[in-house]
Amino acid sequence: MTAYLIRRFMFGAVLILLATVVSFTILKAAPGSPIALEDPRLSQEYIDAQKRLFGLDQHPVRQYFTWLGMTWFFDTSGPKGLLQGDLGLSITYKQPVWDVIEPRLWATLAMNVVALGVTWMVAIPLGIYAAVNQYKWGDRALSFISFAGMSAPGFFIALLLLWLFAGVLNWLPAGNLTSLNHQEMSLLGKLWDYVLHMIVPVTVLVIGALAGLQRLMRGNMLETLRQQYVQTARAKGLPENKVIYKHALRNAINPMVTILGFEFAAMFAGAAILENVINFPGMGQLLLEALRGKDQSVVMATFLLGSVMLVLGSLLADILLVLVDPRVSYG
Amino acid sequence: MANPTGTTLDMSPKAENSDKPSSPLFLAFQSFRRHKPAMVGSAILVVLYIVSAFAGFFAPYHYDNQVRELTWAPPSTLQFSDKNGTSWRPFVHPLRQTFDENLNAVFAADTSQRAYLRWFVSGDEYHILGLIPARLHLYGVDEIKSPPGGESYFTRYYLLGADISGRCIFSRICYGAWISMTIGILGAGITFIIGMLIGGISGYCGGWVDDVLQRFCEMVMLLPGFYLLLMLRYLFPSDMSSVQVYFAVILILSLLGWAQFARVIRGMVLAIRGMPFVEAGRALGASHMRVIVRHVLPNTMSYAIVSVSLAIPGYILGESALSLLGLGIVEPTPSWGNMLAKAIDITELKTHPWVLWPGLFIFLAVMAFNLVGDGLRDAFDPRQRRL
Repeated sequence: MTAYLIRRFMFGAVLILLATVVSFTILKAAPGSPIALEDPRLSQEYIDAQKRLFGLDQHPVRQYFTWLGMTWFFDTSGPKGLLQGDLGLSITYKQPVWDVIEPRLWATLAMNVVALGVTWMVAIPLGIYAAVNQYKWGDRALSFISFAGMSAPGFFIALLLLWLFAGVLNWLPAGNLTSLNHQEMSLLGKLWDYVLHMIVPVTVLVIGALAGLQRLMRGNMLETLRQQYVQTARAKGLPENKVIYKHALRNAINPMVTILGFEFAAMFAGAAILENVINFPGMGQLLLEALRGKDQSVVMATFLLGSVMLVLGSLLADILLVLVDPRVSYG
Repeated sequence: MANPTGTTLDMSPKAENSDKPSSPLFLAFQSFRRHKPAMVGSAILVVLYIVSAFAGFFAPYHYDNQVRELTWAPPSTLQFSDKNGTSWRPFVHPLRQTFDENLNAVFAADTSQRAYLRWFVSGDEYHILGLIPARLHLYGVDEIKSPPGGESYFTRYYLLGADISGRCIFSRICYGAWISMTIGILGAGITFIIGMLIGGISGYCGGWVDDVLQRFCEMVMLLPGFYLLLMLRYLFPSDMSSVQVYFAVILILSLLGWAQFARVIRGMVLAIRGMPFVEAGRALGASHMRVIVRHVLPNTMSYAIVSVSLAIPGYILGESALSLLGLGIVEPTPSWGNMLAKAIDITELKTHPWVLWPGLFIFLAVMAFNLVGDGLRDAFDPRQRRL
């Protein structure tokens, strides 16, 4: 297990390094210059000074290694880079990138983790219910609903919910993460404010992920219920509840854990679209803003953190699988 | 061939009557025909494809036919009676935009005039399949000239309302249909080719080739997809024409989508590689490439067809999302995605919810492809059938 973990970590690190190379190459190949320097009122001297400050006047390869922090090893007076834990400066915000990205990182992470948790809490009982009541009307209704949920585009559901609950009924705030008077609220009020703003994005993400998970859970459960040990459990007179929840469920849940990493990745992508549609201040929205403004260091940092989250997510899912299923071990 | 049950294979009366046994493809087709949801999906697709091919005929107006005075006009309601009596033929009244005491736009109708709804009318010119010029439209209303000197009224029949430039949303949905209806097929086709090739080579060659290709696949799968999509979009200049954007979007989406597919194909090829017919092909002097393409890959085809058809919705959604964010198809060319772009503004959405209609069409198209994909899976691969 330890050897496996080390191997996975190494692979993850290499992958993330490659991801930064890919994103930097794409950035450098893309046309255009930073919007922050495109204002015609700016003097040429100022633009040149800014380019020097942000290292944009150097050769792209050198820029990459500076960003990475490799040059710092040779000349410790030079700028720190990624390897020293410094993500650089944002040319749009004129702030350290970390200060720009940090609140958004938590917002996106919170949204995804909450949505993933809710999806599991809803999908597993529904999957069990559908499997136990196979082909009854409840099962049929669920499979119809989950099919519709799977096909409905997240951004469309989000807009519908916003229209209904924010536009017509005025129950929920329209987009964003906080209200305008967030600063003046009490601690509890602030918390409630976050909850209200999270309802729409989390609902949309849950609807998107629920269908697949519910169908998978139902399939697994049906498969498990047909196993001989379940029959044995019933034959020795165990109550049906115990058979289902103690014997069958534990085995039926394992395949769900294997797709957890994939699930997280899919949700993460959906969340990035959603953030832009409902104006949620998360990383997906920041990336689009930074791409529009050609803010190199912010784009690099966002993509890097996104990759790190996905790599860690899939790693966690693998570890979790070992914990829940003693048959699985990575030599 | 010896049969373990001791019966001969062609015992059914049906088989005796027919000259040759049913091919697997025919059996799959029959199974597909019996799959009710898949048939519903197919029917929706047929309708959508007909509409997208003959958009000009189904749309009462050209997609860029603007009436600035009718900005955000609500969906027209057909009427059968007004103060001048009733009529069997439905009609609408000419409209004029005014403002109420809060300066909100409201529409005043000229109830003294009627514009009747008629079938097969002559209207804006369009080209059938982009080639043959025509003017015939499925429906339309009479054009009524406002009386000289008075306030000018506009006669329009907006089935689903008007957008910000006073263009008919239904017409734009018809004209935008071809983008969503073709992008999935084309994108999935490219993914299919890349995935088959890489999966085939990876599984067939094994060794370090397999290792390198598999690590590459894993990398593509583990990168944050939508982030990469956004970044790749910015590789292209922002002032491209709609057709250029269309192809750029297909290219980007298919570059991101092949990895998962290639991995499964690789697994299947790995199993097929050990079979005697592969060895036989090699012994007969066929090249490796020929063995892969002609002998190994056809055995993965049933899985491939199913998986590609289930991948189509992803492309439709990808294009819509990009267009919605203003990175895809550009105005004035309509696409279901870019028509939704105005809905992002909550104040617009609140006052003119009919801007959401294109979303329903995206939903329909995606669901239809999902239904058909499900039917194909059940038909081609009974082992994977949902319980």
